[in-house]
Amino acid sequence: MAEPLLEVAGLQVHFPIRSALLRRRIGTVRAVDGVNLSVARGETLALVGESGCGKTTTGKAILRLIEPSGGSIRFGGEDIARHSQAQLAPFRRRMQIVFQDPYASLNPRMTVGGILAAPFEIHRIGDARDRADRVAALLRTVGLPPEAARRYPHEFSGGQRQRIGIARALALEPELVIGDEPVSALDVSIQAQIINLMKRLQAELGLAYVMISHNLAVVSHVADRVAVMYLGRVVETAPRETLFFDARHPYTQALLSAVPEPVPGRRRARQVPQGDVPSPASPPSGCHFHPRCPHAMPRCAQEAPASRIVASGHAVACHLEAP
Amino acid sequence: MIGFVARRLLQAIPLLIGVSLIGFGLMHLAPGGPLAVYTLNPTIQAQDIERIRIIFGLDQPIHVQYVKWATGIFSGNWGYTFFGGRPVLDVILERLPATLLLMGSALSVAILLGLSIGVLGAVKRYSVFDVLATTGALFALSFPTFWFGLMAIFVFAIELRWLPSGGMWELGEEGNILSLLQHLVLPTLVLALVITATWSRYSRSAFLEVMHQDYMRTARAKGVPPRARLLRHAFPNAAKPLIALLGVEVPFLFSGALVTETIFGWPGMGRLFVDALGMKEYPVLMGMMMFTAIFVILGNLLADIAIAAIDPRVRLR
Amino acid sequence: MSATAAAPESQAGRVWARFRRHRLALAGGMVVALLLASALFAPVLAPQDPTLLDTALRFRAPFADWHFPLGTDELGRDTLSRLLHGGRVSLTVGLVAMVTTVMTGALIGIAAGYLGGIADTVLMRFVDTMLCFPQVFLLLVVAAFVPPTLVSISLVIGLTSWMEVSRIVRAEILHLKEQDFVAAARALGASRARIMFRELLPNAAAPILVAATLKVASAVLMESYISYLGYGVQPPLASWGNMLTNAQGYFDTVPWLAILPGAAITLTVMGFNFLGDGLRDALDPRLRMDP
Ligand SMILES: Nc1ncnc2c1ncn2[C@@H]1O[C@H](COP(=O)(O)OP(=O)(O)O)[C@@H](O)[C@H]1O
Ligand code: SF4
Ligand SMILES: [Mg+2]
Repeated sequence: MAEPLLEVAGLQVHFPIRSALLRRRIGTVRAVDGVNLSVARGETLALVGESGCGKTTTGKAILRLIEPSGGSIRFGGEDIARHSQAQLAPFRRRMQIVFQDPYASLNPRMTVGGILAAPFEIHRIGDARDRADRVAALLRTVGLPPEAARRYPHEFSGGQRQRIGIARALALEPELVIGDEPVSALDVSIQAQIINLMKRLQAELGLAYVMISHNLAVVSHVADRVAVMYLGRVVETAPRETLFFDARHPYTQALLSAVPEPVPGRRRARQVPQGDVPSPASPPSGCHFHPRCPHAMPRCAQEAPASRIVASGHAVACHLEAP
Repeated sequence: MIGFVARRLLQAIPLLIGVSLIGFGLMHLAPGGPLAVYTLNPTIQAQDIERIRIIFGLDQPIHVQYVKWATGIFSGNWGYTFFGGRPVLDVILERLPATLLLMGSALSVAILLGLSIGVLGAVKRYSVFDVLATTGALFALSFPTFWFGLMAIFVFAIELRWLPSGGMWELGEEGNILSLLQHLVLPTLVLALVITATWSRYSRSAFLEVMHQDYMRTARAKGVPPRARLLRHAFPNAAKPLIALLGVEVPFLFSGALVTETIFGWPGMGRLFVDALGMKEYPVLMGMMMFTAIFVILGNLLADIAIAAIDPRVRLR
Repeated sequence: MSATAAAPESQAGRVWARFRRHRLALAGGMVVALLLASALFAPVLAPQDPTLLDTALRFRAPFADWHFPLGTDELGRDTLSRLLHGGRVSLTVGLVAMVTTVMTGALIGIAAGYLGGIADTVLMRFVDTMLCFPQVFLLLVVAAFVPPTLVSISLVIGLTSWMEVSRIVRAEILHLKEQDFVAAARALGASRARIMFRELLPNAAAPILVAATLKVASAVLMESYISYLGYGVQPPLASWGNMLTNAQGYFDTVPWLAILPGAAITLTVMGFNFLGDGLRDALDPRLRMDP
């Protein structure tokens, strides 16, 4: 396998919990607690997990929108985890993000034209005329009329806004786009349109995607590989087919059993995880999943399982896979 | 609780230092320094100015002057007046009772009136009374205090001759309580106007907020009569924002007192400030800036402590 | 929902309350427009030269002589002309002071809110410290030390009253900066300056506009007060405040000399306050109803 475009190792993001009055640090939210993942050029990696498990934080930390507390983020072979803003500048053109909420991600006081011209202004690309042409071209690419440039975000539907968000992400011709649940806020009828648009753009532009979702069914169409996240850690990574037919981690198995007919004809016992998701402010010891795991052993509460390669491209972090 | 109070006291220290720096800096930023005005005054000789400069240490480097002055502030030596050489702290403290009397009487009137109007407005929301009261408060908040004072003097002292137009006592009647009370009425009325308006607005929204809480519905469902609901359930909960208001109101009270005292010739701190301003008495002005700022910090501190005493959850934060 | 059985909130009453607020705001807006127009056209509207004195014409009563529609003062100057020109001065000071206040407050609020960390701590401690001084004290001390010109008076008022604005703007920025459009700008590599002034500032326009309107009112009030005490606008230039100083000496005989400028101040302050209050209701539901 060639060198991956993005390789994240041991990524941590810890948020301080502060007291309201004196702002003293009284605890830590381990939102991302040692995430490993890699993405090859042109490939789609799905990052899946329950709400609050740290997917958004992972995505934003990769783009250095949130400061990582530890770990490395290698992009094109260079570790950018500790780069200064100036050092990051060239990487800003190569990695972009599409946000979950199409209402909060577009500046309500800017025209769509202004929003889409911003990338060119910031990177001093072209003059005003040239930028207007580029904006029109971007709008065409995502299936919006050129007149849209003169209007404000509130004049558009959620699906149209998400197209604008995609256009902005594509403006600088990035190699990697992180989609943070780009369709979860949209009507089901619109979701497929946006997914298809993103698939088409990937084929045309050779993009790599990290597709974040809390819903396995949504990513099952688009992903080449899937990484399953639980409470700040990636517990299992596998090619899509492998994950659906040969999930090894008890949490992945539980997630799959909750998916309505992910793959027709497959049968398995339903194993809904018991109990509530623990808080990342006080994660369980050892394997974060052990309080809900049907196979938990004494060791699971003491020792965090290391990730092990069980087959080509298939890694599992569970003591059941111990040699 | 003791830990909480100690922490809040510690937090006041940087504020005090900041206040003293700004107060000191303002005086010395005046073009030409604090004595510049005297050099323009033909009745004051150059050697007199030089004498003042040396006596007051104004010839020393600025940071030395600051340290001297600031340590003096914290040890009770607030410096001496340029004219007369009296201790500044004495000069200020001597005016304090008159100001406290005025502020106290205005605040009592305002709280009593404002709270009643606000609570009634909240209980009978959107009634004619409520609409008139909220509109009236809006008008009152726009009234220039000093002009309101002048008009009050015009109507009640000059036209109707019901009340004296200024001062604290009739000449030769110092110590006569009745005379004092008569002199107190108009300044109190004027100072209380804006505070009443603020209190009626604040208490109205505080009570409206409280009345929509679950425990009020529960109390109602349990058949607690309206009056008891108001007194036992609404009041304690609405008290917190109102105590906080009391804390933040201190600087406005001082500003209002200053304006009122100049209009009515009330011999308090505000009057002293304006007089000192006219005479460019820097030591007094600096002293008064510090004095009022300390009061403001204390007001906030006491309000915080009172709120923490009512609501233990505050202490834990 | 009604809170107590004793207080049924009638639908009509609520509508009336809302309508009344708008009506007051509308009236405030009209008063403000009229005042601005009269200040702008004061030289045309004023029947006399406001500085022209003629002691033979002292203390004319209002409405007695159409040459002096609102009478004359102790030096025989036309009161209406002085009111119009004084309004020009007061409104100029009010507007320049407001611009100073808003620019200072917005700059500090944005910097503190967006940069956070040490910058935020230092700036907000500075704001807290400034707020320890009663505003009138601060204002008078500075005003007494600077030579009074229209510009210096405006600057002094503006530079002693921006603290509230910076708190309002900071709170707004803290809320705005968590939104993803800011993250999007950062992902594109936008500079801090671009994010603060192109992305965030326009979104904080509503509370800034409300604060600006209310600040004109308080600046006019402050100007009139320091001019009344003699530290503001200096005679012979008329301002509503210094007209009151002179009038006070003739209170018992010619009260209208004090009533008219005071009424003008009150009208102006009310106009801007009501307009600001209405704007707050209309623009920013989160700010509604705090006194
Ligand atoms: N700025 C923050 N400060 C403190 N905690 C945060 C912050 N952002 C996210 N979190 C916490 O981190 C955890 C992960 O959040 P997030 O990454 O948004 O999850 P997901 O996208 O998977 O739903 C959550 O428990 C969330 O409450
Ligand atoms: S390590 Fe233990 S607790 Fe964790 S998933 Fe595997 S078996 Fe379950
Ligand atoms: Mg998320």
